[in-house]
Amino acid sequence: MSIGHTLLGLLESGPRHGYDLKRAFDEKFGHDRPLHYGQVYATMSRLLKNGLVEVDGVESGGGPERKRYAITDAGITDVGAWLAQPEKPEPYLQSTLYTKVVLALLTGRSAADLLDAQRSEHLRLMRVLTDRKRKGDLADQLICDHALFHLEADLRWLELTAARLGQLAEVVNP
Amino acid sequence: MTWLRDLGLGIRFAAAGGREGWARTALTAVGVGLGVALLLVASSVPHLLDERSARSDARYEATDSRNADSAKKSDTSVLRIDAETEYRGHTVGGFVMRAEGAHPLTPPGVAEFPAPGEMVVSPALKELLASSEGKLLKERLPYRISGTIADTGLLSPGEMYFYVGSDTLTQAGGGHRLTGYGVDPQDTALSPVLVVLIIIICVVLLVPVAIFIATAVRFGGERRDRRLAALRLVGTDIRQTRRIAAGEALFGSLVGLLVGGALFLVGRRFVGSVELWNHSAFPSDLAPATWLAALVVVAVPLSAVLVTLVAMRSVVIEPLGVVRHAGSRGRRLWWRLLVPVAGLAVLVSTGKVGQFEPVNPYPIAGGAVLVLFGLALLLPWLVEAAVKRLRGGPLPWQLAIRRLQLNSGAASRAVSGITVAVAGAVALQMMFAAVGDEFDEMTGQDPSRAQFHTFSELVDGDAAARTIEAFQATKGVETVIGTVEAYVLKPGKPKDPDDMQPVTSLTVGDCATLRELADIGSCRDGDVFVAHPKNDKEQADWIDQTARKGKEVELNSAFADVPGAKSQLWTLPADARTVRAGLDPLGSEHWGILATVGALDPRTLPSAQTIAQIRIDESVPDAAEHVRNTAARIDPGMRVATLTSVTRDRQYASVQTGLRLGAAATLALIALSMLVNQLEQLRERKRLLSVLVAFGTKRVTLGWSVLWQTAVPVVVGILVAIVGGTGLGVVLTWMLDKPVTEWWLFLPLAGAGGGLIVAVTLLSLPLLWRLMRPDGLRTE
Amino acid sequence: MTPAGSLLVAQDLHKTYGSTPALDGASFSVHPGEVVAVMGPSGSGKSTLLHCLAGIVTPDAGTITYGGREISAMSDAERSALRRTDFGFVFQFGQLVPELTCLENTALPLRLNGVRRKDAERTAREWLERLEIDGIAAQRPGEVSGGQGQRVAVARALVASPKVVFADEPTGALDSLNGERVMELLTESARSANTAVVLVTHEARVAAYSDRDIVVRDGRARDLEHAV
Repeated sequence: MSIGHTLLGLLESGPRHGYDLKRAFDEKFGHDRPLHYGQVYATMSRLLKNGLVEVDGVESGGGPERKRYAITDAGITDVGAWLAQPEKPEPYLQSTLYTKVVLALLTGRSAADLLDAQRSEHLRLMRVLTDRKRKGDLADQLICDHALFHLEADLRWLELTAARLGQLAEVVNP
Repeated sequence: MTWLRDLGLGIRFAAAGGREGWARTALTAVGVGLGVALLLVASSVPHLLDERSARSDARYEATDSRNADSAKKSDTSVLRIDAETEYRGHTVGGFVMRAEGAHPLTPPGVAEFPAPGEMVVSPALKELLASSEGKLLKERLPYRISGTIADTGLLSPGEMYFYVGSDTLTQAGGGHRLTGYGVDPQDTALSPVLVVLIIIICVVLLVPVAIFIATAVRFGGERRDRRLAALRLVGTDIRQTRRIAAGEALFGSLVGLLVGGALFLVGRRFVGSVELWNHSAFPSDLAPATWLAALVVVAVPLSAVLVTLVAMRSVVIEPLGVVRHAGSRGRRLWWRLLVPVAGLAVLVSTGKVGQFEPVNPYPIAGGAVLVLFGLALLLPWLVEAAVKRLRGGPLPWQLAIRRLQLNSGAASRAVSGITVAVAGAVALQMMFAAVGDEFDEMTGQDPSRAQFHTFSELVDGDAAARTIEAFQATKGVETVIGTVEAYVLKPGKPKDPDDMQPVTSLTVGDCATLRELADIGSCRDGDVFVAHPKNDKEQADWIDQTARKGKEVELNSAFADVPGAKSQLWTLPADARTVRAGLDPLGSEHWGILATVGALDPRTLPSAQTIAQIRIDESVPDAAEHVRNTAARIDPGMRVATLTSVTRDRQYASVQTGLRLGAAATLALIALSMLVNQLEQLRERKRLLSVLVAFGTKRVTLGWSVLWQTAVPVVVGILVAIVGGTGLGVVLTWMLDKPVTEWWLFLPLAGAGGGLIVAVTLLSLPLLWRLMRPDGLRTE
Repeated sequence: MTPAGSLLVAQDLHKTYGSTPALDGASFSVHPGEVVAVMGPSGSGKSTLLHCLAGIVTPDAGTITYGGREISAMSDAERSALRRTDFGFVFQFGQLVPELTCLENTALPLRLNGVRRKDAERTAREWLERLEIDGIAAQRPGEVSGGQGQRVAVARALVASPKVVFADEPTGALDSLNGERVMELLTESARSANTAVVLVTHEARVAAYSDRDIVVRDGRARDLEHAV
């Protein structure tokens, strides 16, 4: 899962302070593992350096200095490219895919296209495995079958998510 | 108790099984109802016949009245003469009546004795006379209608009957004195042949009805089985499902009983307008005999349950579906063959039946019934055997044959009804044909010489001459052979009072007429001949005892035994020639004294009959009616007999038509059940049909397959019926000791069978077309 | 815009059953010898798309072109003839005529095309051998297993050497092993005969036997290869 892309995506809806970003992230994606503030800080400075975000303003007084970050055009393009790029099908992909779907919904991009691209990628690999299975011996077949069943499970999750996109959008964008 | 509970459960399913349950119940109920209505009609037949004969007896002349000695003229006595006539193939019965006193007897159903020149008529006749159809009859019965005959005086609502009032009828003119109406019901035993016929007719008409009911109980069976399978899933056992199914059938048949009763009651109102064999019935005549009705009420539901239980034996309903072991239980031939063979054996061992000697009819009927039932039993085996051997052929044929191979039971069951009906009808028609043809041979009437024979006791003045002239002037008449006939005696008394006074007939006519009757050679007015039969010396001698040339003969035949009768003598000319008698158009030899009008004036004869034999031009429409009109004008009491075998043919034809109608109605009933089965089967295969459509199957292909599927069992059934029915017909005809005259009587019924195949197919096509759509593929 | 070299092309199909739209602007194409999986959730219009493509039902709007001929403009008889000669079909269940033997079922498309019984059954037997079920030739569908029956259906779909086989959930009623074997036999046979296969399925492992897949969602087909 790419925290940088996720934070960038969260910024798309408007400039935020680092702490807001952390809260938004935790609320939407960090159910089991909340983000350290240090991680946010490190990521933002990397994004700043790459020109994907800019500092929108600094607030001082009271506590520590608070920077407000805004996404740049380059940043928006980067998020779009990331979302459009199907993940390499591999086990335990769900959290990344989930993040991508939610971000797509948050940023008004087509989550369905994203899921379809991912489906297609999964199916491509399944085709390769099916082909290998057909040509291989029994051991190959069994190994390929194991992978195929896992991929199928992912695919079914993708299907289900696609069917529930409407529901999810309501939750994400109340 | 569980029994009852399961039956009740079945009834509940049938009654509250949602739309599908109701559809099935309704289908069964209508089918059973039709059958029950027919059974109720059949069970009303005894009552109907009783009522008819009671009314017939009531208007018949009383026994006392028929005795000339006891029938004395009184205030109530009536002179009457039978004036029955025929109009366009229908009998119009009636009498001309003359009251002899102030309070004449009226026949049943007649309120007031018709005044001279008036008549009371039956409603049917009144209607006919009022219509343009009855115009010619109106000429024959030109009297004013003063009233109608009530139902009590009529045999059937369609009967045409009349009573004409007269003030000129005399005893001399043929009038007969009547002093009372009504005879006691005669307990005449039916002739054995008739009993056999009636029993076979009942079997032929009712067995298919029974088979139809049994088929109707199975309507929708496959769907029911699937419903029962669902019940098995929730834990009912096999016995319970059977009882539940029985309960459903029970309910269906009970509703069917109600439907049948309603159909019967409603249909009864219209029975008067239905005419069968020239007869119709009053609604009140159609009252089922109590015990027969009770039998129907008990037997129908009972057999519904039994049929269901038997049908369920070949089906195993498992929780997940229905297993049919159709093929596994192969049909056995031997016991099926045993039944018809036993029937034939019974018939043959009974031997020939004399027409009049008393015979026990029951073995004959039993044998015939066994043969017919045996054919029905044989059919499923034969269909199965025939279908098993068939293979290959074009695709529709293959589809149909394979389908029948898998399950031909339903088709065979329905078709067995056809087999019984057709076989019975064929056998009966063969019998009727044999009896009828023999009658025609016996008459020897020659319709090419004359088609009508009129006979009138009215001989006054130059009646003969006038009659002949009148007939000759009638439209459509070609020639008239008119004679005046009387009996003449040898004068004097016989030596021995016990001896018969020699007597012979005297026929007076012109030369042309006499030439028709005997081989007279040259003839001039004034000639007299003595005609001898061809090969009967004894009869010739008997004639010569009266007809002594040059001697006198007694012209008043009453002189011998009626006291006070005046003798009237006439001398047979000595130069009378003896000639050979010929056959008159009636087919009888005409012998005795033949005199030309110049030799003997017919007007001088004290008692005689005018007889005319008339040939008509059959191409003239209604020529026959014109002849009858002329006859009625001359003398309402004149008898007009139709020569030729016409009458007989018509009677036979009406029996034949009736049988064919009955068989056709049965075929229609069976066709209905085949159609229901076919439609059900098609609906079952909705998905398969859609798949076949997807494959690009043409409608024609499946249409033909539906046709073959009906045709194969029906053709086998009709073949069995033809072979079996002809065989039975041959045996029955042999038993009546008559030769078989008609071998091809099955052709119309075979044709009807063909029509049935086409009808069932055509009527299933709309559904087939509708199902041959891709809708069945949509499972989502 | 017809993708070059396509055998069967559908553009912007619309079809409504009653008031429910089954297809709402679906496009599709398949090349000769190509196996295309049509996926999508239940009720998405997959089967309707297949029925339209095969000329079983006519779409309310849109065009279907097969080998340069416009299917949607053909008469019912012409479409039936086309299905007999150029298309083959495999369905999920209930497609074998129960009273015919497996051999006769397989020979059915040939017989519908007017081939003589002997020749048709000889060809049918070869196909049963290819699908490793010649042992059940004389049996009726009711007497064979689901897998065997489905193989008979596959043999029947291919027996008349069609250009396109339409398979609607062909393995829907089978277990994994039987399903995969049927798919293997179907796709191998089709590929070797250069027969295109339009495979409607909701199972990914079945779809994995395809060369390409499209998704139908809400009556719209996302043909990813030709997505603009």
